[in-house]
Amino acid sequence: MITAKDIRRILLVSGWFMILTLPILGMRVDPLSDNILWRLKNVMWVGLGTVVLQSLPHLWHLYLYLQAGMIRLWHHLMGTPPHKIVEKTAHRDSLINRVITNPRQRAILCAVVLTLTIIYPQVVNEYQINIMIMAFLYIMLGLGLNIVVGMAGLLDLGFVAFYAVGAYTYALLNLHYGINFWMALPLGGIFAGIFGLLLGFPILRLRGDYLAIVTLGFGEIIRVILENWIELTHGVAGIVNIPGPTFFGLGLTPSQKILYLYYLMVLFVVITIFVVNRLQDSRLGRAWLALREDEIACQAMGIDKRRTKLAAFSLGAFWAGIAGVVFAAQNRSVYPVSFSFLESAMILSIVVLGGMGSIVGVILGALILILLPEYLRELSQYRMLFFGAILVLMMIFRPQGLISVVRRKYDIDSIKAEEKEGGA
Amino acid sequence: MHFDSQYFIELFASGLTKGSIYALIALGYTMVYGIVGLINFAHGEIYMIGAFVFFLASSLLTVLGLPMWAMICIATAASIFWAGGYGYTVEKIAYKPLRNAPRLSPLISAIGMSVFLQNYVMLGQTEKYLGFPEVIPEFDFLEPFASTFSSSDFVIWVTTVIVMLILTWIIKFTRTGKAMRATAQDRTMAELVGINVNQIISATFIIGSALAAVGGILISSHTGSIHYYIGFIAGIKAFTAAVLGGIGSIPGAVLGGLVLGMAESFATGYFSSAYEDVFAFSLLVLILIFRPAGLLGRAETEKV
Repeated sequence: MITAKDIRRILLVSGWFMILTLPILGMRVDPLSDNILWRLKNVMWVGLGTVVLQSLPHLWHLYLYLQAGMIRLWHHLMGTPPHKIVEKTAHRDSLINRVITNPRQRAILCAVVLTLTIIYPQVVNEYQINIMIMAFLYIMLGLGLNIVVGMAGLLDLGFVAFYAVGAYTYALLNLHYGINFWMALPLGGIFAGIFGLLLGFPILRLRGDYLAIVTLGFGEIIRVILENWIELTHGVAGIVNIPGPTFFGLGLTPSQKILYLYYLMVLFVVITIFVVNRLQDSRLGRAWLALREDEIACQAMGIDKRRTKLAAFSLGAFWAGIAGVVFAAQNRSVYPVSFSFLESAMILSIVVLGGMGSIVGVILGALILILLPEYLRELSQYRMLFFGAILVLMMIFRPQGLISVVRRKYDIDSIKAEEKEGGA
Repeated sequence: MHFDSQYFIELFASGLTKGSIYALIALGYTMVYGIVGLINFAHGEIYMIGAFVFFLASSLLTVLGLPMWAMICIATAASIFWAGGYGYTVEKIAYKPLRNAPRLSPLISAIGMSVFLQNYVMLGQTEKYLGFPEVIPEFDFLEPFASTFSSSDFVIWVTTVIVMLILTWIIKFTRTGKAMRATAQDRTMAELVGINVNQIISATFIIGSALAAVGGILISSHTGSIHYYIGFIAGIKAFTAAVLGGIGSIPGAVLGGLVLGMAESFATGYFSSAYEDVFAFSLLVLILIFRPAGLLGRAETEKV
């Protein structure tokens, strides 16, 4: 229940936020006259918003309290003995996890989703298809980063650098040597993977937070070089007129090209999911998970720490490189601006929102974070604000993400029960 | 090649200026790291917010017609107050709930906070560059050196030295400072001897933020413009400085800041200015490879 103390606290916190936001949201200097424009309405909204937000838990408690009271009243009136409240079983996996762990249901789910994806471009217009291609691209990026952050537990904040390497590999090779998309695809991936190795060698013995900042620095270095090495990259003007993917040398109309790219992306995403899924269950994948949980114990078990980390780093980079090539082919142009830190932050938000280490989660995260801003156009300027908030809120309230990873567990209880039955 | 000593001294002066600012921001990183073991990514944003608050407050006071010196004092106080407030609030919202979470969680939360604050200022203010008032007057007694360094360089050096002295005094001799050192050494033990650790952590964030605000005002007045993105690059560089000097070490942060400022100034002066940021990051990578504990830091031994 809400007590006077709670109300005082709510008002105090709201007042504090109003003071805090007073200069940034409440004032603005008119650039023409140097006069101050007051926008106190914004500050009032902040105050009101914080009051509402803080009241929510109290209201929820009130609701539960009333509900319990109503049920008791009902039983009292009907003369029935009140039911004992049955405790929900503690270990109930979420619906989606139950479906994925059941092979038959999983097969059905995959079939349905795949059919829907294949039909999708036939029922919507080109604009929607393009948005979906974007979403697929981010699924690939998200799954790549998921290897590094989710599985191996290495916080890579310069992931976008590898994406840039892939994109520029295709753009430059095409510009200078006329290499086509299909040749560039593996090359972009391999190149990015090599960059991952080069960066990985010196820094992987660093602790998590140092790793984060060095990768962040590396991401910025790549962007600065792309912007300033004008002879090679054309600087901020970027490289334009990059051809899209070819289809056995056949000429395609523009709308066919989009369809083609769409189905290619579906194929790439399916391959990515397949590979990542297999990796997860491989010796390497298990070594990553072990490394994430406890480095020292992991080393004691005889896992080569550096090699395992390097593998995660370069495989993640490889995926980003491939996504980069596709990005260049889809946009037909590359600019250094596309590879800023915010892009890395966005991919990280996808992984964090979906659930670190969870493939389904990352897919869901990418779909939510890419499609939602597209359909809520009016709110699109608040996109990055929203992404930042997601990172903070998810860490506080649901660090495992929307869909947590199914952990393989050795279920001792059920085995004991079986033994008992066998013994009796 | 002919050695141009005048040019060298100019680069030295500009390196000293840059280094002082990096040192001011790096102190915030290093203090927070020493106590909670966390890279406060949002620290650069606090620096940017400090500069914005000063800008708004000084504009308001100029409109009200206050004299220059009063305006500077009040606007600086406002900037420090709000920067401290933001630092305090960020800690309470984004880091405090995660104090016992796995290492990755507070880091991700910190990055989220940094992105959030950047966009918050961009949406609340503007995405354009704003002209920052020149608050530092030209001193007559510096006239003979005018070709080498400006008054604002001089003020930055002097302010930095004063701020460092105050900080050293706080940490060495006040109760809060002693409690801070105790908390940095061993948080559980500090709690056992009756130190309110939460309060001390808040105090650390507030002091660090205030230093960042001072740095923000000084550098913005020196360069003459502000932008919502300035905190990001400055933040990474100051972090580099903190690592360079040995993270967690306060004299280290100052030394690291100065070394980084000098290195950048000479590298841009003698090689190329376009790659200014690349030098700083390369230095960071090199330091981490060859001397991860930094210049003045102690190497941590891994305990099993």
